[in-house]
Amino acid sequence: MPRVTFVLPNGARKDVDATSGVSVMRAALDGGIEGIEAECGGCLTCATCHVYIDGPQATQIPPPSEEESIMLEGAALHVRPTSRLSCQIVLSDTLDGLVVELPESQY
Amino acid sequence: MKSYDVLIVGAGQGGAQAAASLRQMGFKGSIGMFGEEVDAPYERPPLSKAYLSGEVAAEQLSLRAATFWAEHDIDLRTGMRVVCLDAAARQVSCANGQEAAYGTLVWAAGGHPRLLTCVGSDLAGVHVVRTRAQVDAMRQDVASASKIVIIGGGYIGLETAAVLAKAGKSVCVVEAQDRVLARVTSPAISAFYEAEHRGHGVEILTSAAVESLRGVGGRVSSVVLAGGRELPADLVVVGIGLIAEVTALAAAGAVCSNGVDVDEQCRTSLPDVYAFGDCANHVNAFAGGARIRLESVQNANDQAKVVASNIVGKSVSYSAVPWFWSNQYDVKLQTVGLNTGYEQCVVRGLPESRAFSVVYLRDGRVVALDCVNAPRDFVFGKKLVSHGVRATAAQLADVNTDLNSLAAAVTGS
Repeated sequence: MPRVTFVLPNGARKDVDATSGVSVMRAALDGGIEGIEAECGGCLTCATCHVYIDGPQATQIPPPSEEESIMLEGAALHVRPTSRLSCQIVLSDTLDGLVVELPESQY
Repeated sequence: MKSYDVLIVGAGQGGAQAAASLRQMGFKGSIGMFGEEVDAPYERPPLSKAYLSGEVAAEQLSLRAATFWAEHDIDLRTGMRVVCLDAAARQVSCANGQEAAYGTLVWAAGGHPRLLTCVGSDLAGVHVVRTRAQVDAMRQDVASASKIVIIGGGYIGLETAAVLAKAGKSVCVVEAQDRVLARVTSPAISAFYEAEHRGHGVEILTSAAVESLRGVGGRVSSVVLAGGRELPADLVVVGIGLIAEVTALAAAGAVCSNGVDVDEQCRTSLPDVYAFGDCANHVNAFAGGARIRLESVQNANDQAKVVASNIVGKSVSYSAVPWFWSNQYDVKLQTVGLNTGYEQCVVRGLPESRAFSVVYLRDGRVVALDCVNAPRDFVFGKKLVSHGVRATAAQLADVNTDLNSLAAAVTGS
């Protein structure tokens, strides 16, 4: 059960114990984390599940697909080099301890 | 009688967003949310895609964690179908006899699938695709079905066809108009999807009207078309449109010309009654100022936010750019804008490559795009639509001209 720490825009941190195999987006929604809108339900059409991924586990995550990159380039707001769409990051035990920062807003 | 400062009728995509947005915007009054289904708010798009195929489970459809509603002091009541509204007394009553009073009513009741009314339409094995419960019932019958007839070649019909064809079923889509998706897209896109489905073994019959259904032992066994052709069918799926659920509003005197009519702030003609989402007939700037009902997740979410904003005292009008998506096989359709009354459409790329777009223009301006496996066009096309950018057919047809460059010229970004 990978533990994910979400950092909210106000700096507050909230831990969520997630199930392996679910996306970071789903873990956030199920864990009651606010600030992930996930309008398209995870099919790379809305860019409202945008997060920043940093820290040692980040290197364990496969780089974004071309499609995700396009959405980050053209649709996401407040984009940083550490930006990812959380619907595309699948959790596993190797990502235990992952820190996920939320952007100031999805819109 | 329970009384709420804000009572939301409808616990679907829209209702859920309205409730969540109210709290997010700092609304401190009491909020009730009545849904006629037994489920807490969930996403409908997977019902004709990954949920139908069995790839995702019901729990994964939830829009929020189960604890979200109580944690945010939102009184979610499922199994509560509002059937009567007394706008003067500001009260509603439900099919189960319960009543509630409100300060502000937010009607987000969506609608119900249009049903067949022909002879045989009440046979077992005839299904619709709006709720989780309906799709559960369909899945039970799908397991033992071999010949499936889908009535309606819109998004629901085609998405369902794709799932069932991939599951190895024999599928026939019956469409009354002369092409699939006739209501929503151009001939080029219709032709693409017809070819795509036929390539997967789906039979597509266009200009085909259903006359009746025949059955054996109370269960459907065939679909009879006008003209006499009989299609064997042990399961029928009906995807012929949505009837907006506004009965109680109309009976209470609200102006309802196609669903319930609302203004740019989603107010109905009844005092302190908002309405939005699938059921709301609103003037949409992206439809050239036409009054439309827009059945999409985007519309439900964005109108929900307009309603919440107005309730907390921020005067906001609905202005969001429409967008929509449909997944069938490995084909991803992403649409932006509305092509209502388009004057020109430009094909960008080669349909045979299965990655192309159609750009729609009105008055020389880009008003919509249908993007098939073309995410770049979708993302940058949205900027063109948002700013009503003028572009020529030559520029749009040239795949070497990135849509972003056309947008940058106007937006300066």
